[in-house]
Amino acid sequence: MHALKFDENVCAACPSADCLLKCQYMVFNKNEAHEEMMKVVKGQNSRVLQECVTCYACEEYCKRGNHPFYLISERREEKGIYTAPRPITNQWINMTQMQGKSMVGKIKDKALSSCLIPALGGLGSGEIFKDVASAMVFGAEFMCPAVHTHFAKMSVIKERLPIVIENFNQLGVKEVICLHDECYGTYTSIASAYGMNVPFQPIYYMDFLLDRLKELRNKIKPLNIKAAYQRPCSNRLIPDKHPLVKKILDFIGVELPDRKYQDENCLCCADILRSVSGYRLANDIQQRNIEDMLKTGAKYCVFNCPACQSTLSEKVAKKGLTPIHIIDLCKMAIGEKEREVQ
Amino acid sequence: MSGILKSLIEILGDRGVSNSPEELWFYSRDPGVLAPHLPDYVVAPETTEQVQKVVQLANRERIPIVPMGNGMALTGLVIPLKGGIVMDMKRMNKILEVNEKARYVVVEGGTSQGVLKAYLQDHYPRLRHSLPDAPPVTTIAANVALHGQGRLTQQYGFNSDMVTGLEVVLPTGDICKIGSPSLGPYWFSKGPTLPDLSGLFLGWLGTTGIFTKVGLKLYPNKKFRDVELFVTDRVELVSEILYKLTHLEMLEDINVWFQPKPFMFKDNFHITIYFTGDTEEEIEFKRKMIWDAVQEFIDTKDGGFMGLQFMKERLLEMPQRGVADFADVPKGGGFEYSGPITLVEHFPQYAAKVIELAAKYNVLYASSARIISGGHSMMFSISFAFNRKDPAMMNRVKNALDEATGFALEMGGIPWKPNFMEQKMTMQKMDPNTLKLLQMVKRNLDPRGIMNPGNWEVS
Amino acid sequence: MEYEHLIEHAEIVHRCFRCGYCKFPGDYVDFNCPSYKAFGWDTYSPGGRMWLIRAWLNDEINTSPHFAEILYSCVACDNCKDQCVFPKFKDILPDIFQETKAGLVTEGKIPPAVRDYFKAIIANGNPFKAPQKLRGKWAEGTEIQPFSNQEYLFYVGCVGSYDEIGIEMARSVGTLLHESGLSIGILGSQETCDGNEVKVLGETGLFSQLAEDNIRKFKEKGVKKIITLDPHALNVFKKEYPKLGGNFNVFHYTEILAGLMKEKRIALSDFRAKVTYHDPCYLGRHNLIYAPPREILKSIPGLELVEMRRNNVNAFCCGGGGGNYFTDILGAGNNSPGRVRIREAIETGARIVAVACPSCAKMLTDAVKVEEQEDKLEVLNIAEIVWRARSK
Repeated sequence: MHALKFDENVCAACPSADCLLKCQYMVFNKNEAHEEMMKVVKGQNSRVLQECVTCYACEEYCKRGNHPFYLISERREEKGIYTAPRPITNQWINMTQMQGKSMVGKIKDKALSSCLIPALGGLGSGEIFKDVASAMVFGAEFMCPAVHTHFAKMSVIKERLPIVIENFNQLGVKEVICLHDECYGTYTSIASAYGMNVPFQPIYYMDFLLDRLKELRNKIKPLNIKAAYQRPCSNRLIPDKHPLVKKILDFIGVELPDRKYQDENCLCCADILRSVSGYRLANDIQQRNIEDMLKTGAKYCVFNCPACQSTLSEKVAKKGLTPIHIIDLCKMAIGEKEREVQ
Repeated sequence: MSGILKSLIEILGDRGVSNSPEELWFYSRDPGVLAPHLPDYVVAPETTEQVQKVVQLANRERIPIVPMGNGMALTGLVIPLKGGIVMDMKRMNKILEVNEKARYVVVEGGTSQGVLKAYLQDHYPRLRHSLPDAPPVTTIAANVALHGQGRLTQQYGFNSDMVTGLEVVLPTGDICKIGSPSLGPYWFSKGPTLPDLSGLFLGWLGTTGIFTKVGLKLYPNKKFRDVELFVTDRVELVSEILYKLTHLEMLEDINVWFQPKPFMFKDNFHITIYFTGDTEEEIEFKRKMIWDAVQEFIDTKDGGFMGLQFMKERLLEMPQRGVADFADVPKGGGFEYSGPITLVEHFPQYAAKVIELAAKYNVLYASSARIISGGHSMMFSISFAFNRKDPAMMNRVKNALDEATGFALEMGGIPWKPNFMEQKMTMQKMDPNTLKLLQMVKRNLDPRGIMNPGNWEVS
Repeated sequence: MEYEHLIEHAEIVHRCFRCGYCKFPGDYVDFNCPSYKAFGWDTYSPGGRMWLIRAWLNDEINTSPHFAEILYSCVACDNCKDQCVFPKFKDILPDIFQETKAGLVTEGKIPPAVRDYFKAIIANGNPFKAPQKLRGKWAEGTEIQPFSNQEYLFYVGCVGSYDEIGIEMARSVGTLLHESGLSIGILGSQETCDGNEVKVLGETGLFSQLAEDNIRKFKEKGVKKIITLDPHALNVFKKEYPKLGGNFNVFHYTEILAGLMKEKRIALSDFRAKVTYHDPCYLGRHNLIYAPPREILKSIPGLELVEMRRNNVNAFCCGGGGGNYFTDILGAGNNSPGRVRIREAIETGARIVAVACPSCAKMLTDAVKVEEQEDKLEVLNIAEIVWRARSK
């Protein structure tokens, strides 16, 4: 069974305790942050295990790669602590169970993974994806199980991830283009944290997107719009990829004015957080986030994750922002998609 | 041509009568598990006068007559058990009057749920009626005749409680107005403050008369409608959760359901909570009240609210088109359910019974309960799917449903829209004086025994 | 001779729940199955038909004229396919009806009007029993040339070639396309029936013959792109001909006309009229072309476009499909589809019903007369409306 590779000494000697100090939901002074984290490290009771809302941010805040969030989830599971209510936790486990019903396209050396998210199928189409769209895979057999970190069910990840990796391996692929941050984060961050070998090269879809936009530069008509970006929780697992967003948006003529809740200070969509911590916090996060978007004068809210998009679309639209996925924005820029306007 | 056929054609025109094998075959059955029985004629009247004349003829000639809407009760109530005439009411499908201020509508005996919904949306958007999840072609008259329920039942009771007046053709052929229409042009009361004669017809499954007009209460239609879905894996907590929710007195509908597949629903009990409002503030206030009402269960991690992004649109559909889906699970075009009315606190026993019956009879199950009148009772549906090509499976479903009804009676519940055998089981358990009263009413209203014979029959 | 009742999709038939969603449009405003609306028996609804087919397959009912009438009363409008709530087999419903009709054709037990339709096609190449040599007569007096390597073949079809209203439509569309500078040619007296109705009515052998002849002819003449007058032809060229090796780029004339108007190749003046548009089933539901006709009408200055209560995917069929234009199985009673549709058009307050199909044009024109509404409502095809709006 795979165990989390983390080094107790790295935490013990950490000069910053940024993982907890920067937490947007729990308040600590520097000493407290360090103390509480050490309690977690040592498997003792800590309020962190009760109060952490599972936003993934500490994975980014820890610059020493010691996976504080995965550790918190491990400890929770060891102690039988549920984040979301037990029936919701089990529902997610059941919902994502492999049932032999996956769809596999024409695979050669590449696969385009839409995980278990139907919306990704539609996004991964058209001119931009024309050379890889036929190699799409979809289904629980190819689903990254990262979502179960929200529910402190690392055992589910440890059980299923090797099977998913092996399923890809059986296809004989050399590269898997991940249309979702969570997938890419799983095959890089989580797999590595648990010492799992990944025999294919995970490709982050935004890297692919930027390369394709460069190839299609002659088709691009700058969109000349202002947008706000909704950064998903799973992007915190792959923070080195975050700068790609601005690069892509610059390329297609989308201005991203600075706002308070961006980059490391971003707010998640709060959908799963609602199950974990209740509606009051979720509503508060969503309200602050959307008001912050509106202050920039943005006309569009750009999404990276279909789950965030599904959670927030109606809410941002009511406030006058046009919700759109970054892939669709690129399709608009190359003239493949009609300009969507509120 | 037989004399009867000729007489029917004289009353209805030749497009209003059929004794072709095709119509006789189709109208001899419903989509449930009971065996069919051929009628001798099928008729489709367009006016009350035509209904009256057919009933008079049937009375004279002692021919059974079975009124039907769309036949989706599924318990064989439209099967002509003793042959005779099946009367398809669906050509009487007008909406006669809407009194917006008094909030009632008057429809004909074959007006469908869907047409009323669309009509109100187009012309009276501030009004709605209690729409069931049955397919929209089902009729309002049939629904109230068998004490059906709908989206507003949690607030206002059975759909039959929402009746505001009736026009009935009695088995003798007399046309009778029931309630305030018997005194004047207004349809605001089915009985009170007169002796409530509607009770002679509602729930009698077409055995005491044919509804040619129905008055129905309408209710405020709010601008917004939303839903939350609360999930628990502890069946014993369900009634307490429902008690807390109904205490709020601010919910539209509450359904409780469970099923083994798709996997995401496995092992959990789902409580769908609908609420409405005219402003976002009202909706958000109600949402907060709902969450707070069940916070204690969230705190103990025994229950929680599901994220609904992918399901919301489907849950908010009215009627929910996916309800019929269950029929195709065994790829066989059929399901039937027993839906006894019972106490909410009996939910765990009924839930256990469903699973036990499904295992015993090797059939696929789904179950859904609807809260009635703020929790005074619930309709608990025990639903089994079958493949129409597999008579053995159909028989197992029938036996499972019979056993479900027997269980409901043991638990002190009331079978809802029972088939003729379940009616007998019910009457056997009934208080003898109640049974005598039932028999007296039926014999006096239908002395020649022509109205949907075989049903509510006391030997 | 005893026939065993067999159809290709027999294993689906018993899965119908006869729930009745198929009788309605998406918002339940009125019954949307033309045969159910016209006859009022559940047997004439899609669910009723499915159950009867099941009985027929199981020999619980025999083939009979009444059974045949029920089957052939289906106008193939596809409303049931769109509204059925069973995703796993909804798309096959029209195929099942067609296969059963093919079974009746094999047994020789089809309604006389259907039999006469087939006979006319076989004998004359068209259902009007008119001479083949007169097929191109509609184009006399126009400058439309015979097809000889122009960019588009303008395919007119039987109704457009022989029916009085259809001919008006063919002339108005053809001339408009030609005068807009489009490179079109016609087959004239060499044109033969596209076979769409033949197929829908179950004569699959005759259909294959017609289709293969057409495919060979088109290929010999070097046809690559086709503009159809009739959405029925559009449907069969797009969906059925490729299965027999006939792959062409097929357009309905409204798609092309919409493009021409977007490019401002047709000069327009003010044309003040309140117009409602009737979606033909074979353009709308069958081929998902809803926007181009509306774009054309909206681009005419002064024209006010109002929608009927049932429009787009919910449109109510005129009753001309499924061969009913010729067989008239649905009749002209008060609830006949054409009359119901005209009453719906009148409710909009429009003075013109715009149509894009010659069958719809004929059915609705006749319905206006039966409803005695000639002073209130005019049926015009889209090209005719554009003609009226053209700058002098």
